[in-house]
Amino acid sequence: MSVTTQVSSEEFVVKKHFMNSAFVRMARYVTVRLLTLFTTVVIGVYLTILIANMGGFVDQIIRGQIRDSVTQSVAGNPTYQQMDPEIRRQLIEERIVLEEKRRGLDTPIAIRNFRYLANALQLDLGRAISLTSDSGSKQVRLILLERLPATLLLMGTSQLFLFFSSVFIALNLSRHYGSFWDKLIIALSPSSAVPPWFYGIFLILIFASSLKILPFGGMVDSPPPANRFDYAISVIKHLALPGFSLIISSFFLSVYNYRTFFLIYSSEDYVDMARAKGLQSRDIERRYILRPTLPNIITNFSLLLISLWTGALFTETVFLWPGLGRTLFQAIGLYDTPIIVGSTVIYAYLLAMTVFLLNFVYALVDPRVKIGE
Amino acid sequence: MDNLRASFKKLLMYPSAIVGVFAILILVAVSIYTMITIPYPEAIRLWRGGEEVWYQNPKFAQPAWVNLFSSKKYSESFAVDTADGEMTKTATPGKNDAITYEMVHEFDFNYDVYPQDMILYLKSTFTEKQPFVSIELITPDERTIRIANFVIADKYTYRFSQDEKLRLKLRTEEVIPALFSDPETETILKGTYKLIVIGTTFEPDAGMDAEFVLHGQVFGLAGTDHARRDLTLPLLWGAPVALAFGLMAAIGTTMLTMIIAAVGTWYAGWVDELIQRITEVNLVLPFFALLIMIGTFYSRSIWVILTATILLSIFTGAILGYRAIFLQVKESMYIEAARAYGASNGRIIFKYLIPRMIPLLIPSLVQAVPAFVFLEASLAVIGLGDPVLPTWGKIIQDAQSNGALYKGYYYWVLEPAFLLMLTGLAFAVLGFALDRIFNPRLRDV
Repeated sequence: MSVTTQVSSEEFVVKKHFMNSAFVRMARYVTVRLLTLFTTVVIGVYLTILIANMGGFVDQIIRGQIRDSVTQSVAGNPTYQQMDPEIRRQLIEERIVLEEKRRGLDTPIAIRNFRYLANALQLDLGRAISLTSDSGSKQVRLILLERLPATLLLMGTSQLFLFFSSVFIALNLSRHYGSFWDKLIIALSPSSAVPPWFYGIFLILIFASSLKILPFGGMVDSPPPANRFDYAISVIKHLALPGFSLIISSFFLSVYNYRTFFLIYSSEDYVDMARAKGLQSRDIERRYILRPTLPNIITNFSLLLISLWTGALFTETVFLWPGLGRTLFQAIGLYDTPIIVGSTVIYAYLLAMTVFLLNFVYALVDPRVKIGE
Repeated sequence: MDNLRASFKKLLMYPSAIVGVFAILILVAVSIYTMITIPYPEAIRLWRGGEEVWYQNPKFAQPAWVNLFSSKKYSESFAVDTADGEMTKTATPGKNDAITYEMVHEFDFNYDVYPQDMILYLKSTFTEKQPFVSIELITPDERTIRIANFVIADKYTYRFSQDEKLRLKLRTEEVIPALFSDPETETILKGTYKLIVIGTTFEPDAGMDAEFVLHGQVFGLAGTDHARRDLTLPLLWGAPVALAFGLMAAIGTTMLTMIIAAVGTWYAGWVDELIQRITEVNLVLPFFALLIMIGTFYSRSIWVILTATILLSIFTGAILGYRAIFLQVKESMYIEAARAYGASNGRIIFKYLIPRMIPLLIPSLVQAVPAFVFLEASLAVIGLGDPVLPTWGKIIQDAQSNGALYKGYYYWVLEPAFLLMLTGLAFAVLGFALDRIFNPRLRDV
């Protein structure tokens, strides 16, 4: 997108040839994008820490950690076991003070925040206060990474389904502009003002509480089925309601948005021209309508995805889905600060990754965005 | 301005928008009514009040109007007091300063479901000699059930369902069903019941009062929750809270976004660049997680959450959209004319740039309201609502944590859900219609 500098024609050809090498272009683009996004993430995480540590909560986490490890190391050391409890307590306090000094808890808060930033970026998120992972670990990182697949499963299936079904339906609607179904979708599109968890409550009421055909919540039956096939069936059954509520809450609006895009683009002159040439409507749709709207579609999709990453938090809570969101909810209940700060950091990473991937896809589909130029 | 008026006239062509406006007006009217009839301190006192405020109400009672639709009639709750004459009291002086108070209440019981409980609150004034009380219940089939005899202190609470002696005497598991059943067929016995409380005091100036409370299965317009609270209170108060939060957040966010976008495009250069970078960072910040962190660590006050919400919602995709339009407007002739006559930057931004955007601002403002209304509810549902305010989200949270959906207390979830839905959809429908009117690109499609 930059202005080409004036160079002699010979040089220009050589340079252009070099630039056109797809691999180099790609590599350059990816590096630049990664660097800018990484900077963004660093700032984002730093802000998160800043907000968390305004009341000294991260300090509290660290202090707790130090106390824990010092007490354990003294209690575990056989040479101290015969010691008088009073003296031993004194020893522990002394060591805590030393350790706090060593970890720099006496340095000014601005410098300390940078240290936390470095730790958080390396996902060194400390130890949870009361929550444990299923494998029994208290490492925040392990707890959160263990819950991540559940969130990915829920979000992945519902969002992909939502995306493809709404684009497909929108294309069909734009073909039958003004039909009954078209009007119905327009009339229903304000329904997307209601968040997924809210639909979730109704779905639970209908399918779990009244009809009793689907489970209230959770991810698998308990005890989990031993057979792999039964296990999958059980997960699908549990996935149905939360997935459906995520889909239904944005379905009509996203169909409406895509349909409107398609309609706007299909009134362009070049589409009329293609029609006049007598091209098949399928070809017109693919080459002249879908292609130029792709960047818009992807932007829409990315914004949707970003808003839903953290929005799934409430849906997970309502459906007791054992993902990141529910973990965060549990942590709030238990005042488990390391988990709360840690999940915020993980969410920041997830969002950055989404933004990065979509940028990348965006550049692939939109010829106007010239990679690496 | 005429243009705006003409645009609003077009609203009449959208029936859904008219319904939306109507619903919003009703909500506003309800909010004003609520704030006048139940002033804020009173609402807080009632909402935070415990057993002493709400003892007259049953727990988990459905709203009374379910009886209109149900073939099974649920018993309604009532409370009568001798102090205000709803329960008759006759005093007969006897020998040796003794006074016999006969307190009687007759009530019709024509329901198909037993009540939850019956409670008698007795109060008496005496100095030394404690009064004696005996209770009888006369059933429609003329049986007289002797309930209990006891000596009372100055305050005494008698719960029928908790009386072990009575349970043994009736030879039953549950006292209340036994009292309201035909002993032979063991089915519910309909008709007029008569409760007779006879109290005898033994001092010249001694007095006695009784309050009889029957906890039915249904209560009032909205039913009650686990703490016996009448749900009409939070349902009514939820309206002003939701409207205030939604409107303030929407207005704050859209106005600030617009002003910042205008300033950025007008000054261009580093200001514009900075705004864009902030937007990028904000995109990565997890909105809900941050709000939750603020709610847990600092304050759950609705004002703090409102401020944080507005601050986090300023630098979003919308700012880029406004920026693109401002960039076009900036080049128009009238701006150049303004610059030529020497208008100041502030004047150009606030008098010439921003007013041009009002047609675009209105729909997006209205469309933003539901998201914020539901945000407040969402936070309440995960337990981060304002601890003091009675809101719709709070009701849903209470219902969720008491397993309302598992236990079948559907009214508890459906009532606040309906109101939230009504509010959200009213604004969404209106905003949608406004968008189609004001947004020229959408006019024909």
